[in-house]
Amino acid sequence: MEEMLNVTQSLVEYTTLICITGVSISLIILLYRAIKGPSNPDRAVALDIIGINLMALAGLIAILLVTTKFNDVILLIGILLFIGTVALAKFLEKGVIIERDMD
Amino acid sequence: MIWAVLLPFIMAMFIPFVDKWRERIHTGFFVTIIPILIFIYFARFLGTGFEPLTRSYSWIPSLDINMVFHLDGLSLLFVLLISGIGALVAFYSIYYLDKSEQLGHFYVYFLLFMGSMLGVVLSDNVFVLYSFWEFTSLSSFLLIGFWNFKKESRYGALKSMLITVFGGLSLLGALVFMTVLTDTTSIQEMISQKQLILNSEYFPLILALLLLGAFTKSAQFPFHIWLPDAMEAPTPVSAYLHSATMVKAGIYLVARYSPMLSSSDWFFIIVSSVGIVTLCWGSYMAVRQVDLKGILAFSTISQLGMIMAMLGFGTKVAVFAAVFHILNHATFKGSLFMVAGIVDHETGTRDIRKLGGLMTYLPITATLAIFGTFSMAGVPLPFLNGFYSKELFFDASLHLEDIANAGFIGVLKTALPYLAVFGSIFTFVYSMYFFFGTFRGKANLSELPKKPHEAPVGMLVSPIILVLGVILIGLFPGMVNEPFIAHAASAVKGLAVSKEVYFWHGFLYPPLIMSITVLVFGTVLYLSRKQWAPVYRAIPGVLSMNKVYDGLVDRLETYSSRVTKAYMNGSIGRYVRLVLAAILIVTFAFMALTGGFTVDLSNVAPLSLPEIFVAITMVIAAVSTILTNNRITAILILGVVGYGLSMLFVLFRAPDLALTQLIVETVTVALFLLVFYHLPKLRKKEEAASTRFLNLVISIGFGAMMTMVAISAHSSKFFESISSYFLENSYKLGGGDNVVNVILVDFRGLDTLFEIVVLGIAAMAIYGLIKLPGKKEDQ
Repeated sequence: MEEMLNVTQSLVEYTTLICITGVSISLIILLYRAIKGPSNPDRAVALDIIGINLMALAGLIAILLVTTKFNDVILLIGILLFIGTVALAKFLEKGVIIERDMD
Repeated sequence: MIWAVLLPFIMAMFIPFVDKWRERIHTGFFVTIIPILIFIYFARFLGTGFEPLTRSYSWIPSLDINMVFHLDGLSLLFVLLISGIGALVAFYSIYYLDKSEQLGHFYVYFLLFMGSMLGVVLSDNVFVLYSFWEFTSLSSFLLIGFWNFKKESRYGALKSMLITVFGGLSLLGALVFMTVLTDTTSIQEMISQKQLILNSEYFPLILALLLLGAFTKSAQFPFHIWLPDAMEAPTPVSAYLHSATMVKAGIYLVARYSPMLSSSDWFFIIVSSVGIVTLCWGSYMAVRQVDLKGILAFSTISQLGMIMAMLGFGTKVAVFAAVFHILNHATFKGSLFMVAGIVDHETGTRDIRKLGGLMTYLPITATLAIFGTFSMAGVPLPFLNGFYSKELFFDASLHLEDIANAGFIGVLKTALPYLAVFGSIFTFVYSMYFFFGTFRGKANLSELPKKPHEAPVGMLVSPIILVLGVILIGLFPGMVNEPFIAHAASAVKGLAVSKEVYFWHGFLYPPLIMSITVLVFGTVLYLSRKQWAPVYRAIPGVLSMNKVYDGLVDRLETYSSRVTKAYMNGSIGRYVRLVLAAILIVTFAFMALTGGFTVDLSNVAPLSLPEIFVAITMVIAAVSTILTNNRITAILILGVVGYGLSMLFVLFRAPDLALTQLIVETVTVALFLLVFYHLPKLRKKEEAASTRFLNLVISIGFGAMMTMVAISAHSSKFFESISSYFLENSYKLGGGDNVVNVILVDFRGLDTLFEIVVLGIAAMAIYGLIKLPGKKEDQ
């Protein structure tokens, strides 16, 4: 039983590490897109996906560290990403984020 | 005695009230009373049996600064001059200044000056002396600039202020040195400990600073330039300040300290050579002047040089002659200034080229002038006091037995009599020029602005009294000798000095031969004045100390504005560069000097794969932020750095920090985007390659420095951190599991409070910036 548990534990650990590596590679590729562009919408989308990857990374690290404290972080990233991306999109579309009321 | 010094100051406070009645009674009458009272008070001390006396009044006892007044022969001579001539000048000014002038201002300045001058000569405490000394500079500044609507007045006032205050500050330096060395603030006690100062290694510095103060105040070469420009003051001021009192403050200082300093050879060398050069230069330049007061100004410079030279000789005869000449010069020069004022007042001009033949129009003034000028020239007549002091001067210059013969001193000793005669010849020339140019010759009334007529009686009273003084001292030199001058000379020399003054010593008396030489050569030079006038085009030609002064002031302004502009160019980039470079240099130097850089790897945690990944991502993003030239790209990539940082917080098990960092990062990016529209296009700044290289060096250096500091800080832990206390007590004392939050609101709640305040202030400031209307020109 104990052996089984140990195997599972190391299996989880290795899987997590592999996943982290995968996410990290994807992060770096996304970083290339964010830096290179060529246009700003490209960067915006890249930033959005970087955020999602960060959520994944935070989740994976939470597994690795065996803690539940990071669940807030994951949810927060989700909300902020949404807000941020909407703001960016609105900015790219209209040039402003908060429109003034009609005069 | 303190009341004698304070009386002018107290009266100065009442002048504005008295000034209201000026239509009925001239303000000057009230002012005249004060010096008369002071004169009477001090005249009581005169007499052969005079003994020095000291009065002490507390001021700042804890610093040993007290109002200590010491009245000895020298102070007595000066207070009588100050109060006596002060009374005469105040009386003269009643007739000289019209009621339409700002009489209130004039007399307030005048009384301030008189009080501070009395303070200078009576103070025994060096700091009180210095306070009054600066007060004379200040009130003299105000008096010179009395007609402040004139540009020349303002220029003259500023010039005299700069030069005398420069000297005053160096005097303060000398006084502080001496106070520290002798541990007393009393002049008399300093003199009694003179060996301590003479043997000190700072003695050359003390001597230089003290003499600098005295020379600037007493208009010695090359600091004489302020005196001719101070002639823009009203004539009573010139008569009082610039002939009798203030310019003698430097003389007084040298005389006061000469019991201490005169045992040094350097004192002899500096004081007598500066004095004799001033004598020659002043009298030479006086011949060239065309303004009556200009002649008198250079004459004053030259006579002060003569007194200074005699103090420098330091022999008994010389010291006696010096104090005697202080008295004589005050009498005849005061009267001559008043004569110049009368001529100006009655003809409307002081230009000697326009004047001439005034003898028949101003007979009394001419009579006064003849006594004054002949006394100044030292003409051998038995009723002129100037002759006695001049003869004593020649005598002193011939008898310098006390002085060693070696080296430069020997040369100086040989040259002194010749230089004395040389200077005196020119003294004779300008004296004759002053008198004959103004009162003799052809009168050309058409060129004069006013038709000349004799001055009112009131205006003549003061010069008549002064000329009476000239004649009485001339006739009976013994009268002032024993009861008065001898005490002053003793105070300067530090031992009993008395000298009988005779008019006649026989034909073969060398000073008489020198006087006659002066007379003969002076007459010849005066008559052939027109022929040798071109000499002035060669010497001094275009050379002038005024040019040096003007150039110095100009350069100082130009260069200091250049220096300021060199670093204060308004570019934030430059200021940041300077600040960072300064921090860099100081930190590196400190680390290098103290060997503060330590590396200790014993306490280092292992690196994990995710940390490396996040770090690499952040580095790439940060570097590409620098390299991009599109602002929105920069903002977005900066976002990557921020998110990377929050991921690091996650990795280092700081969920609260990670949450906050995420929100702040998002808000910051949003804010950037908000103001993005209003921001200028991000362009590559056109900067010189050297500046960009410098920027690179500084930023890399700064990064390296911070890294080094961080490594050193981590490597040198001297004691345990207190975090264990928080971990243990968070639940027990704070009632919370979340240690970070318990610290924020419970253990260290005050910090949180003020960070909330900071946010509130920032919010209000932003609101204000947006909503409040700016100035018109900004819109």
